Amino acid sequence: MKAITSVFLGFIFGLGLIISGMTNPDKVLNFLTFGESWDGSLIIVMAVAMGIMMLAWFWVSKKDTPLFGEAFSLSNLKNVDRRLITGSVLFGLGWGLSGICPGPGLVQLVSFKMEFWLFFASVLGGMWVAKKI
Amino acid sequence: MVTEFTPLSAALGGALIGISCALLLVLFGKVAGISGLVKSLFTPLKPDNVWKVCFITGLLIAGVATSLIAPELLEGELSLPPWLIIIAGLLVGVGTSFANGCTSGHGVCGMSRFSTRSWVSTCVFMLVAVITANLVG
Repeated sequence: MKAITSVFLGFIFGLGLIISGMTNPDKVLNFLTFGESWDGSLIIVMAVAMGIMMLAWFWVSKKDTPLFGEAFSLSNLKNVDRRLITGSVLFGLGWGLSGICPGPGLVQLVSFKMEFWLFFASVLGGMWVAKKI
Repeated sequence: MVTEFTPLSAALGGALIGISCALLLVLFGKVAGISGLVKSLFTPLKPDNVWKVCFITGLLIAGVATSLIAPELLEGELSLPPWLIIIAGLLVGVGTSFANGCTSGHGVCGMSRFSTRSWVSTCVFMLVAVITANLVG
């Protein structure tokens, strides 16, 4: 049941990325680049998603366990360390260059364009390297 | 390429993303961070991680369904030379691994939890991405 529900939730997430246009790198780059073709759509996507998530976190703060599960598995990392900052800078560089982050990168694999496969293979390569460092 | 400002579809898409993340948290107590899900593909599959593979499968099904029903919604291309695509991909892979999150994990799920790490990470990667895009674009 959890497996099927997870497929469904992934499906909803993917539809959200597609409908909002976030799978189009130009839409993301036009948000990041200031000029005549500035496109503010991304901030609306994030704001609405965050608003809904705030309600979910509020619910979590009043509960000890999720509806189906033993416990919440949440990050308890607190400190802002050099690894977090370095990682965020590197991610920002890659995202600012390409206009794709991991979610849209996954979804665009189905368009079977060579460039997206090359990108995603490089993401996997980067993750593999990071595990070794 | 010029794109239109599309507030309505952005709000609808954002709502779907938010609902997906919220249900995952409320039902199963899990956080939908896509980079984390992808990273978990590198570890041997344990029963605890099956949902992660399922979630990724769902994302891909959304893409396949769209390409069959409304392929124009999946438009988009990477107008970069191949060597730069590789560099960008490597940076995204290493960066999200070090930072333990990306636009979904830190941006949507973490900031809404008022996590200091997520706010710092998102502000840093947004700022760096804006500078990069303006310098390159």
